[in-house]
Amino acid sequence: MIFLSRKWVIHMNKFWIILFHTYLSKLKTKSFIITTLLTVVITLGLTNMSNIIEVFDKGGDKEKVAVLDETGQLFAPLKEQMSALNKNLSLEEFDGTQKEAEQAVEEGEYIGFVQIRYDQEQLPEATYKAMSVADSNIFTDLQAGLQQLKTMIAASKINLTPEQLQQLYEPVSFEKIALEENAKTEEELNQARGLVYVLLFVIYFAVIMYASMIAMEVATEKSSRVMEILISSVSPIKQMFAKILGIGLLSLTQLAVLLSVGYFSIKRNLSSLEGGFFDAFGFGNVSLSTIAYAVIFFILGYFLYATLAAFLGSLVSRIEDVQQMITPMTLLVVAGFMIAMFGLGQPESPFIVITSYIPFFTPMIMFLRVGMLNIPIWESVLAISILAGTIVILAVFGARVYRGGVLMYGKSNSFKDIKKALQLTKKE
Amino acid sequence: MVLKLEHVTKRFGDFTAVNDLSISIPDKEMFGFLGANGAGKTTTFRMILGLLDSSDGRITWDGKPINYSTSHLVGYLPEERGLYPKLKVSDQIVYLARLRGMPKSEAVSELKYWLEKFKVPEYENKKVEELSKGNQQKIQFIAAVIHKPKLLILDEPFSGLDPVNVELLKEAVLSLKEKGTTIVFSSHQMHHVEEMCEHLCIMHKGAPVVHGSLKEIKRAFGKKNLVIHADFPLEFLKNYSGVVKARTTTEGIHLQIDGEYVAEKILKEIVNKGFIRKFDLEEPSLNDIFIEKVGNSYE
Repeated sequence: MIFLSRKWVIHMNKFWIILFHTYLSKLKTKSFIITTLLTVVITLGLTNMSNIIEVFDKGGDKEKVAVLDETGQLFAPLKEQMSALNKNLSLEEFDGTQKEAEQAVEEGEYIGFVQIRYDQEQLPEATYKAMSVADSNIFTDLQAGLQQLKTMIAASKINLTPEQLQQLYEPVSFEKIALEENAKTEEELNQARGLVYVLLFVIYFAVIMYASMIAMEVATEKSSRVMEILISSVSPIKQMFAKILGIGLLSLTQLAVLLSVGYFSIKRNLSSLEGGFFDAFGFGNVSLSTIAYAVIFFILGYFLYATLAAFLGSLVSRIEDVQQMITPMTLLVVAGFMIAMFGLGQPESPFIVITSYIPFFTPMIMFLRVGMLNIPIWESVLAISILAGTIVILAVFGARVYRGGVLMYGKSNSFKDIKKALQLTKKE
Repeated sequence: MVLKLEHVTKRFGDFTAVNDLSISIPDKEMFGFLGANGAGKTTTFRMILGLLDSSDGRITWDGKPINYSTSHLVGYLPEERGLYPKLKVSDQIVYLARLRGMPKSEAVSELKYWLEKFKVPEYENKKVEELSKGNQQKIQFIAAVIHKPKLLILDEPFSGLDPVNVELLKEAVLSLKEKGTTIVFSSHQMHHVEEMCEHLCIMHKGAPVVHGSLKEIKRAFGKKNLVIHADFPLEFLKNYSGVVKARTTTEGIHLQIDGEYVAEKILKEIVNKGFIRKFDLEEPSLNDIFIEKVGNSYE
């Protein structure tokens, strides 16, 4: 009995030894530290976007535009209009000739100048001149200001009161309301879309990055031939899963760092973010179930592709061949991502419904559906079951290929090798 | 603790890598596998270790199959050398030792012992890729023996080493044997096997050609070598009855003969012909046996 339990301890131990060896040795690599730091910087940048923009805006002076008012009447009303449209733009009346104005722009005193005059019908028309017309914001704002001015003048010509004018321009009241119970309102849908969009990106990048990390890891052990010692100590199947979980732990570590940095950064800047970029992405009121689904689909998606990557990695003899071997897998992920991008606009189309049950696409597309629609619970349960079943089948099959694959060396690395690898593990 | 292979056969599709191999390796002995590349040595080792399943037959150690529950008792030096190139020597040896069930602290002190023994204590904190090939091989050897296995399998342990390091490694192997380790090793260099093994097996194209104890194999072979150095021509001996092979050398002649009786006859024949500087009757070398059995030499 004591002997048996000692054996058991050794068995379990080996699994954890490999798991933590994989985890810690990857954690210490320069590339991991650098990518984590980079993504942290990007997260901080995104969450502090409004602060950053402000800093730059404060640093620079207001952009000055010279106005050459040939009518002598329009400068004041235009300035008033513009102050409402663009606070960073200041208009200054210019009392010189056109040539002098052009010169002032060239010298950098003004960013550009507007020349305003009346046309035959006594309505304003204008020309905008600047060193380059790349900054279309200024141009658009000026155009809008002039348009309003022109409308006012035209309206006063046909003697409309300001009240009548307001009625004319009031937008029509138009609301979208879904009749289905629990269906998401338009506003909620937009928020969900933003969140789903971000999480789809996370799933997509994580799956590609960590799956290829596993394939690389296996191929490195194989090409450095340390594999033969390893498989004589620990069964290949245990090794494969210890490695998948080790890298999985690594991915969760990285995500945890990013999420906590992102969370605290958003929380700190919450006031300045209100109504801005992040409101549109639906971070204001994240629904718990969406986050739960994101985690489930992230983990299942990771296991599916990690298992695939591990056994593909076991088939190559040289590290250079890894990319070639896992290309079909990467294409599968890309295809899923593309379909999901399309599905963001039309989550209810039959194509999206069907593809959400295909296990290789489920993690992204079923997540998209549960995130954006209110689909019956059995649908997501069914898709998750199919996905989990596929993972089990793939793991059993993959473990057999892995066991034979790690003993195979040679130039070829085609899918014929899967057959050869399976043959190696057979008795006959 | 006898390691027993009974009618072991391994087929890969149509190709038979090992054909009906039956041997028994006694406890605490050194057993040598000889054979050309592709003779089936590595496949046999992989089957012993349980990395490959045999198509037919049984492999047992002390009556039980070798599998992952006994892996802490087994050490293996694969033919294809390999370690993690980017890991420090101490890190990976300790990692590999722990996978064989050895506690970390014990592995660290054992590693120090072996590095001292191989006169390379300064390598402990070096990355493997910084070491020369021969030194990498020493590290690999340490990885195979650090957990004090009862059964040690060495696939071509001496290939690619300079003579000084071969001696160092041989010494280490012999001292392990004295401590009671059962050692199975393969080589295609006859003299290593001849020097070190009590029992051996010569494999050719997957089949055992000869196997048994070294003495018995030599006795059963019957033929002996006779070296004669003399001042008179010896060419006539080439066609002498009982002479199997003959090769003239600068000083005399080198003969392979059917048995001691032939030497006796030759001595009587030449004793009056002139001065004989050397008349030496030798046991056949393993190389002679190998050539005879396999048909061609590859050394």
